[in-house]
Amino acid sequence: MDLLTFARGPGLQWAVTIFVIGVLWKLVGVILLRAKPDLSEPRNPSTWKGLRLIITRSWPRKEFLRSTAFTEVLGYTFHIGFLVALLFYLPHILFFEDVFKGVLGVNFQQVFGVQWPYFSGGVINFFGAVTVAALIAVLIHRIVSPVKRLISNFDDYFSWFVTIAPVVTGMLAYGHVGAPYQTLIAVHLLSMELLLVWFPFGKLMHAFTVFLSRGTEGMQFERKGASL
Amino acid sequence: MPDSMKPRDAGDAHEATLGERLAARGVSRRAFLKFASALASMMALPPSMGLVMAQAMAQAKRPSVLWFPFQECTGCTESITRSHTPTIEGMIFDMISLDYHETLMAAAGHQSEAAREQAMKDNAGKYLLLVDGSVATGLDGAYSTIGGQTNLSWLTEAAKGAAAIIAVGTCASFGGIPKANPNPTGARAVSDVIKDKPIVNIPGCPPIPVVLTGVLAHFLTFGSLPELDALGRPKAFFGDTIHDRCYRRPFYDQGLFAKTFDDEGARNGWCLYELGCKGPVTYNACATVKWNAGTSFPIQSGHGCLGCSEPDFWDKGSFYKALPVGQWGSAATLGGAAAVGVAVGAAAAYAARRRQDKIAKGD
Repeated sequence: MDLLTFARGPGLQWAVTIFVIGVLWKLVGVILLRAKPDLSEPRNPSTWKGLRLIITRSWPRKEFLRSTAFTEVLGYTFHIGFLVALLFYLPHILFFEDVFKGVLGVNFQQVFGVQWPYFSGGVINFFGAVTVAALIAVLIHRIVSPVKRLISNFDDYFSWFVTIAPVVTGMLAYGHVGAPYQTLIAVHLLSMELLLVWFPFGKLMHAFTVFLSRGTEGMQFERKGASL
Repeated sequence: MPDSMKPRDAGDAHEATLGERLAARGVSRRAFLKFASALASMMALPPSMGLVMAQAMAQAKRPSVLWFPFQECTGCTESITRSHTPTIEGMIFDMISLDYHETLMAAAGHQSEAAREQAMKDNAGKYLLLVDGSVATGLDGAYSTIGGQTNLSWLTEAAKGAAAIIAVGTCASFGGIPKANPNPTGARAVSDVIKDKPIVNIPGCPPIPVVLTGVLAHFLTFGSLPELDALGRPKAFFGDTIHDRCYRRPFYDQGLFAKTFDDEGARNGWCLYELGCKGPVTYNACATVKWNAGTSFPIQSGHGCLGCSEPDFWDKGSFYKALPVGQWGSAATLGGAAAVGVAVGAAAAYAARRRQDKIAKGD
């Protein structure tokens, strides 16, 4: 079995399986934890309003704007760049549509009535390049900033690596740079599989828990009458 | 040389050089130079090599070539007979001495086997061995025999005296369709059986004829085999993917794809990636050399590449499914994975609650 056959077959299947097990394990494990009883009288009757913390925490507070602007801007840049490259490149879309149909038994287009939009390879390459540049900048910032360096551990650096690796290998495969295309695409797939396997067990899991956590916290704060 | 295979136009075939033969046949030096230049160009050699090839080939003696058919469909022979630069007749009479080829030779039965043995004896250590078809190795090779002898024994015996071996077609190069799951005959590639001889793989189902003539011309010119890639294929012809050289590639880059074989995209000649084209992962020269004297190739005719020059192409999923499709597993597997994930998560939460209770009780 050659590398590409492994990456497209058993490697991918194992990675997806581990990803699904891991994500549900972590999510269900967290959701079913017993909440700490709050015996105080609620300051606000409607705690659901606290969900607005999801929005407010997604923007820098004015007081800290100057010190957090760099991280905020670059953070948004690589998140958006990564998602565009992931979700609006045709080969990726064909994969997602195939999984969609395989799991639900219907075509994406039949359900949503529209075709999944996509960009040309050149546009995706641009978003990939922006993502890589932003990821490198945030890594340098993490290393240079004494506070960030102090609070960083293996999880931070490895999560950074498995995030940038699929983007870099994807761009190399698109440009056929450095090795035969089959090798490049196999390495690209393997890097994506590494991301899937690591995802539930490291800080990348924030993709699923960030809004859950902010929403829960917001509702608790609202109950206590804290300023959001 | 066996009488059955002697060229009809020369009594002293062993002595005459290629140049002399061409002159005798009325081929001008200019025409021969053009042929050599075209070959050099196709093999990505510098322009000056055209003259070198012409000079070297003009002085060359015709090498003895034995062509063994094993587990094959004769498609490779069909293909090579459509070689246009040079034609198969021209190649047999001018470039090589084809001393054994079951389909093309006049002799049959014991006469042909005698021809083969005689050629191997007369040209020991110097002949080129061409093989098309995979080698059956199951039951000691008994699944495929010729004249009561197994292909396996033929190959191992003939390989000993060969200067080099050329595996013609995907079956000889990688096992091909006979090796497809479940491979009942134990089909193997020539390179799986023979380890101590230089082997050139010219895969394709069938292979492009000019690739074989190009390799033979290289052997005649330089006395060696051309540069090969990791899979033993001549880099000159297998250096790029079909996708890289495809005239529809600009449509791929622009995001213009045919969605079915008869939609507007198909009629406009847009990229066939979504319809299962394997061009991006297939190395071959179809997109540049093309077929039938450069007339067309499958993608030009509106059908995606099958990837036939790659190992195990028959077992790599549907020809009509796009490359990213059909590889992630099944809904049942994912459902099972989801159930396991929920169960493990619930167990982890239960264990955490039990621990909380114990702490609360002061245990």
